[in-house]
Amino acid sequence: MARMNMVQALNSAMDVMLGRDPRVVILGEDVGYFGGVFRVTDGLQRKYGEHRVLDTPIAEGGIIAAAIGLGVNGLKPVAEIQFADYIYPGFDQVVSELARIRYRSASEFHVPVTIRTPCGGGIRGGQTHSQSPEAIFAHVCGIKVVMPSNPYDAKGLLISAIEDEDPVVFFEPKRIYNGPFDGDPHKPAVPWSAHPRGEVPDGHYSVPIGRAEVVREGAEVTVITYGTMVHVAEAAVRTTGIDAEIVDVRTMSPLDSDTLCRSVCKTGRCVVVHEATRFSGYGAELVATVQEQCFWNLEAPIKRVAGWDTPYPHAFEWEYFPGQARIAAALKEVTETE
Amino acid sequence: MTPRSRLHVPSPPARPGQEPDFSYLQLSPAGAVDRPDVSASARDIENLSLELVRVLDDEHRAVGPWDPHLEPPELQVALRHMLLTRLFDDRMQRIQRQGRISFYIKSTGEEAVAVAAAMAMQPGDMLFPSYRQQGLQVVRGRNLVELMCQCLSNTRDMCKGRQMPIMYHFGPGNIFSISGNLGTQFPQAVGWAMAAAIKGEDHIAAGWIGEGSSAEADFHYAMTFAAVYQAPVILNLVNNQWAISTFQGFAGGEHRTFAQRGPGYGIPGIRVDGNDFLAVYAVTQWAAQRARQSAGPTLIEHVTYRAAAHSTSDDPSRYRPKEEWRAWPLGDPITRLKQHLIALGEWSEERHAQLHQELEAHVTACWKEAESYGTLTHGPFLDPLTMFDDVFRDMPPNLQHQREEMRALLEAQRSAAGAEAEPHEAHGTPTRAHEG
Ligand SMILES: Cc1ncc(C[n+]2csc(CCOP(=O)(O)OP(=O)(O)O)c2C)c(N)n1
Repeated sequence: MARMNMVQALNSAMDVMLGRDPRVVILGEDVGYFGGVFRVTDGLQRKYGEHRVLDTPIAEGGIIAAAIGLGVNGLKPVAEIQFADYIYPGFDQVVSELARIRYRSASEFHVPVTIRTPCGGGIRGGQTHSQSPEAIFAHVCGIKVVMPSNPYDAKGLLISAIEDEDPVVFFEPKRIYNGPFDGDPHKPAVPWSAHPRGEVPDGHYSVPIGRAEVVREGAEVTVITYGTMVHVAEAAVRTTGIDAEIVDVRTMSPLDSDTLCRSVCKTGRCVVVHEATRFSGYGAELVATVQEQCFWNLEAPIKRVAGWDTPYPHAFEWEYFPGQARIAAALKEVTETE
Repeated sequence: MTPRSRLHVPSPPARPGQEPDFSYLQLSPAGAVDRPDVSASARDIENLSLELVRVLDDEHRAVGPWDPHLEPPELQVALRHMLLTRLFDDRMQRIQRQGRISFYIKSTGEEAVAVAAAMAMQPGDMLFPSYRQQGLQVVRGRNLVELMCQCLSNTRDMCKGRQMPIMYHFGPGNIFSISGNLGTQFPQAVGWAMAAAIKGEDHIAAGWIGEGSSAEADFHYAMTFAAVYQAPVILNLVNNQWAISTFQGFAGGEHRTFAQRGPGYGIPGIRVDGNDFLAVYAVTQWAAQRARQSAGPTLIEHVTYRAAAHSTSDDPSRYRPKEEWRAWPLGDPITRLKQHLIALGEWSEERHAQLHQELEAHVTACWKEAESYGTLTHGPFLDPLTMFDDVFRDMPPNLQHQREEMRALLEAQRSAAGAEAEPHEAHGTPTRAHEG
């Protein structure tokens, strides 16, 4: 076991997979010699060579399309898109191609591509370095969508993604690359070394895709969330003193509705939290699923706490960010409903 | 052994610790390249995409057919614009280092690319820049205070706090809103130019794209639409050799010049010394004339060098020799124009030092004023409720509800925090991304 932050854990996942499987190749903007703008691929080109860890032209459509070609020809590409905000030039390749090649060819072709991309705000990145577009991808049939909330899961899930025979879009909440941010920007940063999930095995292991996890047990209400917001929700629960159960979704698609609904059927109340904008956000799917399966157990309307329906503003990122106060207010409202 | 294919991976001529090497650059002597008539067809002037238009020679004289014959007062204005751009950049970088703005991008070494182009065009021509042409704003008369207020996201911010620093826009000055997404502006410039042609107006458009970003499909869209409709547009590709950590070979520059892409689309491509004010001016003037008389678009490759870091989040010593900029064979655009003016007897080191001092003082005064309209950490602050404005012209119900929710939340926080609390609190900047 080692202490790792999320960047190191992701790096370790790729290191392990490059070492074990000669088919694995990494590609993306600045990922090779430089090691990536967030240093996630640091040292991998030096260790595995320029044919395994490729710097690419600046063309997200090209990166994803080339990854598809590499994958169809027997390799296991892991493409980095520098920021989730810059994935859209490759969107057609994801939606019309990556997601459907298995289906349209009746499994004669398949594309084992992983697309890694940092998402989320809180780094003063303004509207082009802060987005959380997971819902847009979860809506597409034929790709798996993952977002870890800690180093242990990040490594285990990335290994699963690389080993998966189907395409995976892997979102990395960059605000928690270095530590479990609880939503309060005034507090000094906390490193992952102080967190139990900062303990990460050096070698190969996996965390299954498609499995949510109860990260805090409780009886009064279920908070369903993922990514950075897991930590913000934990802090909000602590301040309210409400006995909440927190479920980390971890995989947006395919969704582990059993784990979610088991919890909500137990507590009878539910708050859904994500950083992405609210309207047609992933929370809508969560709420619908819970409603369908837990309706007779629900004792209060389900509440959503999400980013406002505007682009992410540079000056007001903390007014925009759905922080502890908004989560706490929702928890109170939902638990106070008779 | 049977021959097998092998993947070619471009490699820059020098990495940290190695000697800078620019021997890959094809240079032409100043004055050596012909200046064809503006109505020449793309096919007949393909040589322009291989050679390098230069006007200023090693003795600081303006030579050859591309000399735009500008009067000394105009050259002095140009020098002033370029120097002001540089001093503004230097100041904003320092201010970022002090933590008073969140981010900055300098254009050091590339001032001529923007300043000469803006001066050679008409004020009514529409400009679609990337994030590294602040010289356009300077030429078009944008008050530095307004640029600084944008970087500060303060009460006078033209973007109302919504954009990262340097993502300016300038409607009255005909400069479009800068996007963080690379390349998008290039085909938009073509569309603007098409509209001018549809409406029968004689304004033209210009766009700027980095050589790295020219790998995006948007570059191809721009070239195709410009060629198909013979749009009155100038397409500027700024080849500053580096795109963050990747050198120009990763955008395809190893095999052909970027200007040579023009002829492939049926568009004249011209390679110009981007650090030679007179050459950039002359080439832009030529392209503008072509566009205005329905001779169609022009692709200009500005051969220059990104002398500073990519941005304040970047550390170039990790991927290129620290002193590489010193070895850049095309020198510094400001020094070169200054030397030319001195050679003409129209300038002196003393006058230059004086101008430097005057502009420094101007930048300082602008900064003082800008700060008085607020910073990210000190009031006055913008009203956070304004974040819901401008998503649409008319605010839809979901945003109205959310704005009320936020208003209640802010009021609750204010009363909880007591009378001494600010309406909008100071925020520290946490982990910074590396990039851009
Ligand atoms: C679509 C998109 N992809 C990636 C990025 C991240 N990024 C910002 S600047 C940059 C390098 C651009 O290099 P170049 O086009 O050569 O322009 P320069 O910065 O050298 O002026 C990258 C990759 C982005 N902003 N937008």
